[in-house]
Amino acid sequence: MAVISFIDAVTMAMREEMRRDPNVFVLGEDVGVRGGVFRATSGLIEEFGEERVIDTPLAESAIAGVAIGAAAYGMRPIAEMQFADFIMPAVNQIVSEAAKMRYRSNNDWNCPITIRAPFGGGVHGALYHSQSVEAMFNSTPGLKIVAPSTPYDAKGLLKAAIRDNDPVLFFEHKRCYRLIKGEVPDTDYVLPIGKADVKREGTDITVISYGLTLHFALQAAEKLAQEGISAHILDLRTLYPLDKEAIIEAASKTGKVLIVHEDNKEGGIGGEVAAIIAEHCLFDLDAPIKRLCGPDVPAMPYSPPLEKAFMLNPDKVYEAMRELAYF
Amino acid sequence: MSKMRHEEAGLTDQQVLDMYYYMLLARKIDERQWLLNRAGKVPFVISCQGQEAAQIGAAFAMQKDTDYLCPYYRDLGVVLVFGQTAKDAMLSAFAKKDDPNSGGRQMPGHFGGKKWNILTGSSPVTTQVPHAVGIALAAKMQKKELAVYTSFGEGSSNQGDFHEGANFAGVHKLPVIFFCENNKYAISVPLKKQLACESVADRAIGYGFKGVSIDGNDPIETYLAVKEARERGLRGEGPTLIEAVMYRLVPHSSDDDDRVYRSREEVEEAKKKDPILTFAAYLKEAGVMDEATEKEISDRVSKEVDEATEYAENAPYPDAESYKLHVYGE
Repeated sequence: MAVISFIDAVTMAMREEMRRDPNVFVLGEDVGVRGGVFRATSGLIEEFGEERVIDTPLAESAIAGVAIGAAAYGMRPIAEMQFADFIMPAVNQIVSEAAKMRYRSNNDWNCPITIRAPFGGGVHGALYHSQSVEAMFNSTPGLKIVAPSTPYDAKGLLKAAIRDNDPVLFFEHKRCYRLIKGEVPDTDYVLPIGKADVKREGTDITVISYGLTLHFALQAAEKLAQEGISAHILDLRTLYPLDKEAIIEAASKTGKVLIVHEDNKEGGIGGEVAAIIAEHCLFDLDAPIKRLCGPDVPAMPYSPPLEKAFMLNPDKVYEAMRELAYF
Repeated sequence: MSKMRHEEAGLTDQQVLDMYYYMLLARKIDERQWLLNRAGKVPFVISCQGQEAAQIGAAFAMQKDTDYLCPYYRDLGVVLVFGQTAKDAMLSAFAKKDDPNSGGRQMPGHFGGKKWNILTGSSPVTTQVPHAVGIALAAKMQKKELAVYTSFGEGSSNQGDFHEGANFAGVHKLPVIFFCENNKYAISVPLKKQLACESVADRAIGYGFKGVSIDGNDPIETYLAVKEARERGLRGEGPTLIEAVMYRLVPHSSDDDDRVYRSREEVEEAKKKDPILTFAAYLKEAGVMDEATEKEISDRVSKEVDEATEYAENAPYPDAESYKLHVYGE
């Protein structure tokens, strides 16, 4: 099996789906001849032509809104937001329209749209090319939010998103794009949206995470294993609706839970995960639930020491995991 | 004797009589809903009164069964022509289970129905404009010959989604008809506080396509403008922006009081140009409608509205537990 990067897995998923179904098409800013600013759509215009790989005008609400109309008509659009930070003009279309079409029409209409957006920092992107915006969407029933952390999951979940009959927001951590590599079959497979995945089995502490920080936890777990501490690591993969069963199971298994994400702590996904644990398995816990997250400042600063201070890293995650293990 | 205006427009006597019937039907449904609201029987009404001529004229120019509609909340006249009935309108007003738009989930005026090619709509204004563009884009990709109608008020022409949608459609030369029903008021805010340009139609030039301003009280003029726009679109010559100028004869909604922002004299003056009256006068003058025919249409409309009201009032509400359904597909 070939070892490929995260971004190549994203491209592979789109290419395979476009070959499989003529209704699948891509639209967004610079997705055509440029192949996307991150090159996620590289090679697609050459294979599928400009009718199916559409360089849109620079207007995010239209990218989402036009895709919504096309999806309602019966197409399978993949709309790219160049950076998750720039999704804001499209929020009305995503939250008021895509997420509510099925419900408000009493199941008459639906909106099978996939919206891809690179999120997260650590790439010298400063305030407006580094944000994690998932928490803004994670109380929107009707919408699904997916954030894979490995190339294998990225391919299988993106294909599932494209085939899903409801709108899916698909967040790709941009630092993972070329940093994270893994085995990806070139065969057709899909992974279930709504299911978390145990990325490491362990017995002493549980870490629940997604995106780039999941890899920090995996690295820290290696180091802790040498010290005799066994970490159980759950990758949420789908952020809405959350896989409650998997969260409860993972928390109950060790009784010590650390939730890690790059998004701000207050109001982040971690709060919801903690609430699920508190509601369902509080008495299985041997320590207070701990969260390690991005700081509650407006966004990530540009200057290297500032960015470094904002970002989590394997050392910070290691410290938090170790502290919890010795609680 | 020279041809009558409707004949010049290619409309038969029967077609203009049908137009009048639909105009009157929309008006009478609307009026009945206000009565029901004031009697405490329906919680909310949003009106089409004063806009029927433009709505029916436009809808007659569209191709039922193939074209798509992304209407706004006042477009009762449009959806009636495309197949909704008085019963449907009343089921929606009473929020009953069989409301075809939403099964009683949405307020009245939020039209939708796949069987009529009417896309489901929401309340944040102008979101339907990019949807119309998306449908036209999808149809082009699937090589289907159809046009898409989307409507909105003059206030909505200030929204970003109007600009973004119109620009996108202009770039891709899509067969979309941007139909602005300029009824002079966005709730309480008059036209002069909404736009600095003379006409909404002036905005089209910025998107590289044609904009026309027409008399929205005239169904024949509206029919012709939309017909031309549709044909232009299907020829691959791109979208058209049509501003139909009219007047909203009643308050914004059943919760509004328009006495605080416009004079009674102004409203009375507008009522003289009420399209129901002026079109009836035209039909009589043209010898298409005599008093017997007018009465026949009026009676037919009254009967339909009465029956629809009774039917909807007695129809069942949705099952309370059904609120849980249809968040996602099965």
